[in-house]
Amino acid sequence: MSTRAASPAALFWAEFAESKVALGGLFVFALAVVLALTAPWITPQNPYDQALLSLMDARLPPGSLGSGGYTHWLGTDAQGRDVLSAIFWGLRTSLFVGAAAGVVALCIGTTVGLAAAFFGGRVELALMRLVDLQLSFPAILLALVLVAILGQGLFQVVAALVAAQYAYFARTVHGAALAERRKEYIEAASGIPLRPARVVLRHLLPNCLPPLIVVATVQVANAIAIEATLSFLGVGMPVTEPSLGTLIANGFQFMLSGRYWISVYPGIALLIVIVAINLVGDQLRDVLNPRLKK
Amino acid sequence: MIPFLLQRLAGAVVVIFAMSLIVFGGVFAIGNPIDVLINPAADQITRAETIARYGLDRPFWEQYGYFLGSLIRGDFGTSFVFNQPALGLILSKLPATLELALAAMLIAIVLGIPLGAYAGLKPESAASRTIMAASVLGFSLPTFWVGLMLILVFSVELGWLPSGGRGETVLVGGIEWSFLTADGLAHLLLPAFNLALFKLSLIIRLTRAGMRETWPADFVKFARAKGLSMRRVVLVHAMRNILIPIVTVLGLEFGSVVAFAVVTETIFSWPGMGKLVIDSILTLDRPVMVTYLMLVVTMFVIINLLVDLAYAALDPRVRLGGQR
Repeated sequence: MSTRAASPAALFWAEFAESKVALGGLFVFALAVVLALTAPWITPQNPYDQALLSLMDARLPPGSLGSGGYTHWLGTDAQGRDVLSAIFWGLRTSLFVGAAAGVVALCIGTTVGLAAAFFGGRVELALMRLVDLQLSFPAILLALVLVAILGQGLFQVVAALVAAQYAYFARTVHGAALAERRKEYIEAASGIPLRPARVVLRHLLPNCLPPLIVVATVQVANAIAIEATLSFLGVGMPVTEPSLGTLIANGFQFMLSGRYWISVYPGIALLIVIVAINLVGDQLRDVLNPRLKK
Repeated sequence: MIPFLLQRLAGAVVVIFAMSLIVFGGVFAIGNPIDVLINPAADQITRAETIARYGLDRPFWEQYGYFLGSLIRGDFGTSFVFNQPALGLILSKLPATLELALAAMLIAIVLGIPLGAYAGLKPESAASRTIMAASVLGFSLPTFWVGLMLILVFSVELGWLPSGGRGETVLVGGIEWSFLTADGLAHLLLPAFNLALFKLSLIIRLTRAGMRETWPADFVKFARAKGLSMRRVVLVHAMRNILIPIVTVLGLEFGSVVAFAVVTETIFSWPGMGKLVIDSILTLDRPVMVTYLMLVVTMFVIINLLVDLAYAALDPRVRLGGQR
């Protein structure tokens, strides 16, 4: 590593970019986000506008020319919907659910973890007991229970994911904050004395960020996967607001008759997004973990 | 030991009680099951009668109290859809789920330990890199997606294995088993492998890490210097030390295999508890949902309790440590 003065961000980026695989993952993820955001303008068809669908086009294999006058590169589903367009729209829902669940769980989990580490004593014991208890159940099971209780819909799914995932953030932050809390700079900041809120937010929190960023990346991928699983099981996103998981579920019944494309292409899209995020997360873990530094 | 045991037991009871409140409260809050129970064309009197028969007109606390009371008597209510006791209904599906879960664990162990050991012994070889890359995929691919691909490849394209159901079963000890017939075994293979994949990746990683940690240790070097065969050093000397954490993790993970079976059973139409509970969620069959959730929670609490107790028995620091 060179000794020239560089901003921490530039150093971080240089280290991150050392792995070409991770850069590829980042690129693919960025592309998926762009495609999702611009879906209404770049797809040949709004797949949820009933007026645009024609049953004449139902279950066309990939590459066929539909009645709309354009080629269905990935085929059409049972309602004559262009699978490629449906994937881009589904990507919107999947990424939105993943990001929303990740961000809210991050905020709640960080608050719980920091509060536990800062207050200590009974508060810590109660909060972390709850977190540990929750972590002993698989997230998918908790999410399943919660959607069973809350019902279907975007808000319900996000709420279920947040409730199932905040514990991972809480434990990560708690662990990092416990280690940092005893260090001298925290004592110094408290001794000046700064207000506790300032010590926690401006001094303690920034130093807990590295592991938190890694967990956040992985949890966004997990949220997308769990949401897809719930939707596949028919208890996640409603048919009116389909995610990639809903698309896969819709095509499942046609797969046994050989019409693989309705399920498989949304599945591949889901897979690419999840693997891309995980690749980025792996590299972030290597870059941000001081123990792995030479 | 006794105070520790009592403390943990009390904790477990509190957790189960709290979960019963959450589960019942939550299930209480969802849609009106009456719409599922009776013909929409039924008149108001029939409606009111049905509501009264199921006690659905009572306030929440009264229903909860009644529910708790029946729970203690071992009565979990009657399924709205099947009109059978919910507990009996779920328990009748239990063997299918257990068979699937055990087969999955078996696959994970039989494949995972040798693959992991190999990857640990020869970390630089191409085969080891392939194994590790595959294990990363095993972690990150959603279970349902892998299940779909298995069906697509092995059932639809190649036509080697059936895509769903249990196949031919044999009655042994009053319970139907699939693994005793060739047809049943063929039906079991794909779902079991699907369910095993996540645990397989986990075992590969654990075994590899254990092997890499154990191999440079003095006792292994000594065994090798003594001129023992490679086979004996790996299987007897190294493996014994690696197996301890693996056994612990497997014990802990058994619960999550049963939980994940929900997904696999749905894909492969395996008639187990998981498929039943998804169906009951979709049809708002409250008693079945509540019973399943209570059973699963109890199972997890018992597994955690056993692990805690095993640690306490093995490590005195845990039981003397008090707080945690």
